Amino acid sequence: MRALVWHGKEDIRCDSVSDPQIEHPRDAIIKVTSCAICGSDLHLFHNFIPAMLPGDIMGHETMGEVVEVGSGVDGRLAVGDRVVIPFTITCGECDQCRAGNFSVCQRSNRNKALADKAFGHATAGLFGYTHLTGGYPGGQAEYLRVPFADTTHIKVPDGIPDEKLLFLSDILPTGWQAAVQAEIEPTDTVAIWGCGPVGQMAIRSAVLLGAERVVAIDRLPERLDMAEAGGAIPINFETESVIDRLNDLTGGEGPHKCIDATGLESHVSAAQPDTLIDRMKQMIGLETDRPHVLREMIYVCRPAGVLSIPGVYAGIDDGIPMGMLMNKGLTVRTGQTHVARWSDDLLRRIEDGQIDPSFVITHKARLEDGPDMYRVFRDKQDGCVKVFLQP
Amino acid sequence: MSLANLSRIARAEGDPKVLQTGRSSLPTADRVARSLGWFSIALGLTELFAPGAIARTLGLDGRKGLVRAYGAREIGAGVVSLSTERSLGLWSRVAGDALDLATLAPALGRDNPKRRAAALAFTLVAGVALIDVVAAGSATAVHARAPNRRRNYRDRSGFPQGVAAARGAAAALRAHDDLATARRLPAGSEAKAPAVG
Repeated sequence: MRALVWHGKEDIRCDSVSDPQIEHPRDAIIKVTSCAICGSDLHLFHNFIPAMLPGDIMGHETMGEVVEVGSGVDGRLAVGDRVVIPFTITCGECDQCRAGNFSVCQRSNRNKALADKAFGHATAGLFGYTHLTGGYPGGQAEYLRVPFADTTHIKVPDGIPDEKLLFLSDILPTGWQAAVQAEIEPTDTVAIWGCGPVGQMAIRSAVLLGAERVVAIDRLPERLDMAEAGGAIPINFETESVIDRLNDLTGGEGPHKCIDATGLESHVSAAQPDTLIDRMKQMIGLETDRPHVLREMIYVCRPAGVLSIPGVYAGIDDGIPMGMLMNKGLTVRTGQTHVARWSDDLLRRIEDGQIDPSFVITHKARLEDGPDMYRVFRDKQDGCVKVFLQP
Repeated sequence: MSLANLSRIARAEGDPKVLQTGRSSLPTADRVARSLGWFSIALGLTELFAPGAIARTLGLDGRKGLVRAYGAREIGAGVVSLSTERSLGLWSRVAGDALDLATLAPALGRDNPKRRAAALAFTLVAGVALIDVVAAGSATAVHARAPNRRRNYRDRSGFPQGVAAARGAAAALRAHDDLATARRLPAGSEAKAPAVG
């Protein structure tokens, strides 16, 4: 089969690889009908997240049709079913899965010893997302082996196009969880940093959850246009001060809730001198992330507010103003997405026409064009916000 | 054996294996930038650790400190050229080339007994400078966003029934006063949940 394979920093290739096979009784094989490039794939593309190896298959936003199931897969899944595959692999049986904390499933990370050392405790296995999270081959491919398949799937009905359903795999529940865990109230101003795919979904989620005002922060005009179309007030941080504008909008009190949909690769610019220092440290291995957005959120958030962080961070961050965070009494909520916690509800919202996540797709391409599309997406060329791939 | 095949030792037996490699996402301009980045680091290390030999060869006796400083500069430019900010790294190499040429120019004088070596070095640096200018221009161009070409996403609300109808449509989730309850919220339950706000 063909698959997008990581060969090194910024080196993705569409390779011919051997087909996946059933390895365990609870496995299933999916014939992929659609997949996408996620913003967090770019962290792997840039090799900012450790433990990628040449030969790793990329991709954690995938859907398709079940073509084979293992002997241990129960009646919840059968050949011919149409499924979206959550990016988090979940056993459904461990204490964390039973508590709904699916992204920290205790059994699905097959490199538990490595993850225990890196994180203190292993988290769930993820598709196509480094050997720290299991080293599972990803879904930017023609076929995908799904471990714990009887619990790691979202069964979806026929009659709705892939474009509307695929993002149940990651960015829609990720934006949704970011907004839900911000505990949005009807009087809240919610500020969202980053208008990439997760930021766009967080904006729609905050609107649906009833925020009085949603403010979107980015520098790319077309992304800010998309945010504004979804009901947000745009702030272009290259042309105006984020702090001043947020304070103006809130009578000097600051937003009640802040969402970081940017993560470890904050835009580097002389106008934000801390990003220059972070980038220099990053280049020589003194820091893994560029946490400008975290610093700005802590500074501008209203006391007793909530910081919700769906953006991906890799490791060590310098210059986090803990005194400010503590004295202002801010609550921090973060984590990989517990996809299965939200998928039934979000699927119903798509079926009811409450939200159509396909709005975010700006580029459609064939799988073999994936390597070029990684570059287009990374360089934000041609107004690229989201790449949708079909084998 | 390629690295992709060598890494099989870290994989499960049944994981797909690379059979044939396809075209890379890495454009030629970036490959050239990487080569120049490694060249820069190699040259910089030489200047840093063997400044005396370089100074003597070029007839720049007594300027070991300067050669060391240039070595540090080369390493810095090399590290940046290997990063995603490669254009900045390459343009800094171009600036460094200009500095090198300015430093070497006085050594071309007839009073320098090593002027032949200095002339050779000057020519080499001029040649590398030319390569650097072309590489920097190419790397900048290949990653640039096209100016004045803005796609219009003003109609992409994501809400089939409009933004006004969407506002607060899921607000009943707030009725569940903790996330533990929200996580078990069955599909459609907010229709039965008490109104809030």
